[in-house]
Amino acid sequence: MHPAYSVIFFTTASGAGLGLLVWLGLGNAFGLLPKDSWFGLFGVGIAVALLTAGLLSSTAHLGRPERAWRAFSQWRSSWLSREGVAAVLTYIPTAVLGIGWGLLGETGGIVAIAGVAAAILAVVTIYTTSMIYASLPTIRAWHQPTVPLVYIVLGLASGAVLLTLLLALFDGVPTWAAAVAIVAILAAFAIKSAYWSAVANERKSYTVGAATGLGRIGKVRPLDPPHTMANFVMREMGFEVARKHAEKLRGLAKLALFVLPVLFVIAALLFPVLAPLAALLAVISMAFGLVTERWLFFAEAEHVSMLFYGKDAA
Amino acid sequence: MTTLPATTDKKLGLVIDLDICVGCHACATSCKEWNTGGYSAPLSDQEPYGADPHGSWLNRIHSYEVEGQGRSQTVHFPRSCLHCETPACVTVCPTGASYKRAEDGIVLVNPDMCIGCKLCSWACAYGAREYDYEVGVMRKCTLCVDRIYNPHLKEEDRIPACVRACPTGARHYGDLGDPSSKVSKLVKERGGYDLLPEMGFKPVNKYLPPRARRDGVTANDAKAASPASTSSGSRMDKFLGWADKVLSR
Repeated sequence: MHPAYSVIFFTTASGAGLGLLVWLGLGNAFGLLPKDSWFGLFGVGIAVALLTAGLLSSTAHLGRPERAWRAFSQWRSSWLSREGVAAVLTYIPTAVLGIGWGLLGETGGIVAIAGVAAAILAVVTIYTTSMIYASLPTIRAWHQPTVPLVYIVLGLASGAVLLTLLLALFDGVPTWAAAVAIVAILAAFAIKSAYWSAVANERKSYTVGAATGLGRIGKVRPLDPPHTMANFVMREMGFEVARKHAEKLRGLAKLALFVLPVLFVIAALLFPVLAPLAALLAVISMAFGLVTERWLFFAEAEHVSMLFYGKDAA
Repeated sequence: MTTLPATTDKKLGLVIDLDICVGCHACATSCKEWNTGGYSAPLSDQEPYGADPHGSWLNRIHSYEVEGQGRSQTVHFPRSCLHCETPACVTVCPTGASYKRAEDGIVLVNPDMCIGCKLCSWACAYGAREYDYEVGVMRKCTLCVDRIYNPHLKEEDRIPACVRACPTGARHYGDLGDPSSKVSKLVKERGGYDLLPEMGFKPVNKYLPPRARRDGVTANDAKAASPASTSSGSRMDKFLGWADKVLSR
C-alpha cells in the first residue's frame, strides 16, 4: 500500500497526543501529577496540539478537503467516520481538563472526572483509527487481531515518553512515571513483535488463479496487461518495498522505538540532572521509530487486487 | 447513506463470457467514451500525451495464459465493478457519497459528496474503483445508470455502453435477482461463478468459464487413446477418417 505521509503523521502524532492525554487524565485523577497550573496548561496543550495537528494533516491526503466535514455523518457503518466523531468528542472533556487545570488551577472534582472521561475517549479514538485498517479483509497485513492493540499500546507508550519529558522539565521524573513508560514500551515491543511474526507466518491464501476463477482450469499467468502505464490501483495498492530494505528499516524501528527510549528513560531516572536531555532524546528517538514503524505498516501491506496484475499471492 | 439496503428489488448486473471474449478492449473504450460525458464526467486523464499517461477507466481488460488440461490457452478477462450485494466499499465510506441503490442494486458514488479519501478503493477486492486525480473524487462503474433508464435513447441502446459495444456478444446485462431472466438462465447453464467468493462481498456480476476445448490437439489425443483403427491406410480411408473427425466436432 502506498504510504501517504499525511496519514503517517496523523496516526503517529494523534496517537502520541491521545496517549499523553490518557496519562494526564489518569495521573491527575489519582493525584500523582503536579497540581501546578503551568504543568496542566503545557501538558494538555501539547496533547491537544498533537491531536489537532494530526487531524488537520489527515485532511491533506483528501481529494476534496473542503468537504471533510461530511466525514462525521456515517458513523453507523464507517470506522473512518467513527474516528472523526470520537476525536471531536474527546475534545469536550479535554477542554474541561485543560481549562480547569491549566487556567483555573483546579484539579479535583469535575476536572478530575473530565480527565478520566478524556482518557477513556482517547483510547476509544485510537481504537477507531486502528479499526479503519483492521476491518479491511482485502489487506492481509492489516486484517490482524493484533492491529488495534498495536495502535493503542504504541499511543500509550509514546504518550508516556512525552509525559516523562514534561515531568523532567517540571518536578523531575518520579519512579512511577519512568516505570509506566518502560512497561508501556516493553508491552509495545511484545505486541508489535507478535504482529510481525503473525503476518510473516500466516499462509497467503489468495492467488491469481483464485482471484480470476481460472485456477480451476490450470496455472494462470498474466500475458497482456490491461494498460501500458500504472493506473491508480497500481499506484495506490501496488506500492512495494524491497525485502532487504524492509528488514533494515524494521531493525531501525525496533532500535529507535523500543531499545533507545527505554535506555533514555532509565538514564532520566538515574541522573536527575540529565533528565530533561535524556527524556528529550527518548521523545526524538521514539518519534523517529514511530514514523518508520507506520511507514512499514503501509509499505509492507499487500492488497488482494494486485493479484489481477500478476502478484503471486496475497 | 452508507448502511446497505436489506434487500434490493432487482440485482442488475453483467454476465461476462470468458469463452468468447476476444480481448479487443472495445468495451473499455466505449465505457470511457460514454462516461467521460455522462454521470462520471469528466473522467480525467493525466499526461495523456506525456511520458507517464494514466487516467480513470471503469473497465480494464486483462489477458492471461492458462496452462492446464494438457495445453495452454489465452483467456481475456474484463474487470469492472461487480455491484456486490454486500459491498465493503460502501460501508467504509465516511461521507455517504458511496451508496447501493435499493431499487436495482447499483453501487454508485455521488461525486458531489465524495471527499476523495480513497478508503473505498482499499476496501474493494477487485480493484474496481479508480481515483480521479483531476477532480479529486472516486470513480467507478455506474452500470450506465444514465443509459439504462434513459427515455431519450432508443430501446436497444438502453443497456450499458460496454454491452452495446461488445462485437462478440461476450457481455450480457440483466436482472440477476430474477431466476427466470435470460442472464440468470445463462449463469445456470454455463456454471457462471463469483470472483473471490471467500471475501464475502457477494458479487452480482458473474463470469462464465471458458468451455472445454475440442480442438485438433485434443481430438488427436482422443484418437490415439482409442482402440486399434480398422483403417486399411488407403487414401479413401484417410479421407473418411478425417471427415469423421471433423464431423464429430
